Amino acid sequence: MNTPLRRVGIAMMVMIVLLLGNATWVQVINADEWRLDPHNKRVLLDEYARKRGLITVADGTVIADVKETTDRLRYLRTYNNGPAYAPVTGYLSVIYGASGMERAENDLLNGSDDRLFARRVSALITGRDPVGGNVQLTLDSKLQQVAYDQLTAKGFTGSVVAIKPATGEILAMASTPSYDPNRLASHDSQEQQAAWKELTADGNGTPLINRATQGLYPPGSTYKVVVAAAALADGQTKDSQYTAAGTINLPGTSNAPFPNFNGQPCGGGQTASMELALAKSCNTAFGEMAAKVGKSKLTAQSNKFGFNDSDLKVPLPVETSVLGAIPDEAALYQSGIGQRDVRVTPLQNAMIAATIANGGKRMQPYLVSKVLGPDLKQIGETKPDELDTAMTSANAATLRDMMIQSEVNTGGEGRLANIQVASKTGTAEHGEKASENKPHAWYIAFAPAQKPEIAIAVIVEDGGDRGLGATGGKVAAPIGRAVMNAYLAGR
Amino acid sequence: MKGSSVPAGEGSPAASVATSTSPGLRPPTRRGTELVMLAFAAGLVTLALILVELNQERSLSLRILWLGLAYLGLFGAAHLAVRRWAPYADPVILPCVALLNGLGLVVIHRIDLAFEGVTLPDGTVWDPVAFKQVVWTGIGLVLFAATLKFLSDHRTLARFGYTFGLAGLVALMLPGVLPGFIAPEINGAKIWLRIGPFSIQPGEFAKVLLMVFFAAFLVSKRDLFTVAGRRFLGMDLPRARDLGPLFAAWGVAVAVMVLQKDLGSSLLFFGIVLVLLYVATERAAWVVLGVGMFSGGAVIGWKLFTHVQQRVANWQDPIGRYDILGGGYQIAQSLFGLATGGIGGAGLGAGRPEMIPERNTDFIAAVIGEELGFVGLAAVLLIYMVIALRGLRGAISVRDSFGKLLGGGLAFALCFQVFIIVGGVTNLIPMTGITAPFLSYGGSSLLANYILIALLLRISAAARAPQRAPKPKPQQPAIADQHTVMVERPK
Repeated sequence: MNTPLRRVGIAMMVMIVLLLGNATWVQVINADEWRLDPHNKRVLLDEYARKRGLITVADGTVIADVKETTDRLRYLRTYNNGPAYAPVTGYLSVIYGASGMERAENDLLNGSDDRLFARRVSALITGRDPVGGNVQLTLDSKLQQVAYDQLTAKGFTGSVVAIKPATGEILAMASTPSYDPNRLASHDSQEQQAAWKELTADGNGTPLINRATQGLYPPGSTYKVVVAAAALADGQTKDSQYTAAGTINLPGTSNAPFPNFNGQPCGGGQTASMELALAKSCNTAFGEMAAKVGKSKLTAQSNKFGFNDSDLKVPLPVETSVLGAIPDEAALYQSGIGQRDVRVTPLQNAMIAATIANGGKRMQPYLVSKVLGPDLKQIGETKPDELDTAMTSANAATLRDMMIQSEVNTGGEGRLANIQVASKTGTAEHGEKASENKPHAWYIAFAPAQKPEIAIAVIVEDGGDRGLGATGGKVAAPIGRAVMNAYLAGR
Repeated sequence: MKGSSVPAGEGSPAASVATSTSPGLRPPTRRGTELVMLAFAAGLVTLALILVELNQERSLSLRILWLGLAYLGLFGAAHLAVRRWAPYADPVILPCVALLNGLGLVVIHRIDLAFEGVTLPDGTVWDPVAFKQVVWTGIGLVLFAATLKFLSDHRTLARFGYTFGLAGLVALMLPGVLPGFIAPEINGAKIWLRIGPFSIQPGEFAKVLLMVFFAAFLVSKRDLFTVAGRRFLGMDLPRARDLGPLFAAWGVAVAVMVLQKDLGSSLLFFGIVLVLLYVATERAAWVVLGVGMFSGGAVIGWKLFTHVQQRVANWQDPIGRYDILGGGYQIAQSLFGLATGGIGGAGLGAGRPEMIPERNTDFIAAVIGEELGFVGLAAVLLIYMVIALRGLRGAISVRDSFGKLLGGGLAFALCFQVFIIVGGVTNLIPMTGITAPFLSYGGSSLLANYILIALLLRISAAARAPQRAPKPKPQQPAIADQHTVMVERPK
């Protein structure tokens, strides 16, 4: 009987080897297929169970915190002053995923970033839970609050972006209406669902969209600074003369009027200089100027300011600003005043202001100044990065001087005492029946004009509180000035 | 081999040296080795418990040390029973069983922690079961000791072969034929008897009882079976009338599959009978024939019964059938756990076994694979293999046919049961619910398996003990030191 018993022994060993082989297949060789299957909630839950890193602003104030809980997700994401920062932080939701910085820096915050590898290994050895790294933002807490308060004080829908021209650091990025990300981060799925339903409902103003990076608007007259830059680069000067007519017909048409604001002529003469045309924001002159520069040079100049850059990340992804199709000269006239199909994000417009302020050098805008390990040791830092030279420094200075004149000519409240500002306003028509739609109010500026420390872009959608009569100067400029004042006061 | 004949200090080095160097004295019992290994197992289990408590962030206290000592005490008592009533028993088997049982207890406790205070879908609060399993372990060890005490010679069992056979058959079939209020259908299988507050699975005991019967039956009729029938395809076919027992076993297996919907037990039972037949007759024809019959039965079962079709379909495509009722959810969760555990595992107490269904019974191997990883699962499988091979070694070296047959059958039964359940959990074969010996929660399985181990130890003791020969053969070395022993067949 011993021979068959030995064979039975071999059969038993074969069975165990088969089990071992299959376990190797399931747990080692083919493990990823099962581990990463969307039905497998373990990876997701592990990510949530890990202590996520913090998001802080420049002065160290924590805006996205974690709190230990007793439920199975273990850590609750909490947001301090949530609505003011929500466009930047985004939300972190078990059901709806992540947005904003929570998404852009997810690997670092959840601890799986390569820069945290050594710490993960040591966590493995010590048996401690791996912990996420921390993200420190460039945002100035005071400025962010002013920007948010300025927009919400009158219930505006819009956005404010402030950039430090010399480096590209984003000092403030506000978008309204905003939302409280704490509700979406709740561990109560019903609360999450209720919040989501509310925030995505029609008529609630799409609060989940960060208008600063995701909103595309016609820039209106603020685009005239780009046209002026292209004209200067093309050899025209601030004294070059353009038509001063209150209304002209678009070229190639007999009855398509192209008027200045309220149809007023541009100053007292037959012609107006570039400087005067910019200061008075004359459409007819700038239509002519754009035509004179031509489509290709205008496109090239726009691209140097950052248009058509689909890779721009701050590190939040930024919608691509575009010039739109310009099939004929009439379209070139209209595009030259930032209408027709020209579309920019508030961030793009702030970048244009910052580039002019920085002597024509365009800096990469960025929100993350440092990344820190869980032990608060610095593991990465963003260095200012020059992307492009959009203008010669001489032309940039010329344009700055013209924008100073523009600020002088601009109405509205809240002018800065003792600080010279260079600015351009815009009142952008939009929609099918442009004259019946309330225009968007724009304001781009930098200050102090001679030694700029802050450049801003402000947009207030649909005329803010002024309705059809809104202008950039009346609605957007006071907000921009308040933000710049808040930053420069006490410096 | 009476207990009274055991000299004191058997395991001490001095005694070992004396016995090994002096022919004619008794061979070493190796009980000291057993005790050291038991202490090692106790240390491992205590360490595992500490890991669970740490990973579940519970405060450590001296209580754990006491639990570890209590565990050592429990198995120390079992060790004393072996020392007294089966001093020449294999020294490796009991520590291996103790380690598996201890690990099972730790994992069951760990699952209790995961569900502490949780209200289950049926509205009841999770009832911790670890303590019950400790009680079952105690009862199991009492039964283990009693078996060793009252069964001083395994050959006694052969005399009651038919009695055991009848009892086994009744136990196996009882739940299948009894009405639902005594034998409820749980999770699709009708294998339980509910008597007052207790639920028992008579099938677990039937496994051992029927094995005794078959071994006794085959040994007594052995000569009949070896009479060759016709030769066919190079094999000696058994005579048709000798096929009776095989057909009977096949009939029982099919009945179990049909009446109790218990595919695992059916497969296990039939596999054991087949191996016993093969070992008794030394003819592969039985295996070929038996496999053929079982395949036929399985195909018919698959055609006739939806629950068989479901298991096979779930095995082929767990993810595709994930959302179907009775579909691949269970096996998919098991695979998710195993794959997420990977090579090293999540750590005891740091995985998510609460997501695995039937986590403390059928799928406990998946919990071990998730928390201890491939390494831990492989270790568990190898421990099973060691137990089975040591048991088989006892069967090979024991002198009587009945002992050989029973020992081989018991060892194979343990290994085959592991293959069926771990193979199911890791999706090597279709999932059929049976318990993982010594790991799974459940009193019946534990008690039956402790009896099984006691029988294996009894057989191995008989194999290693010096012959009680009236005429001593002084030149013969200890039987255990020989690899093969040619012995005369008992008449």
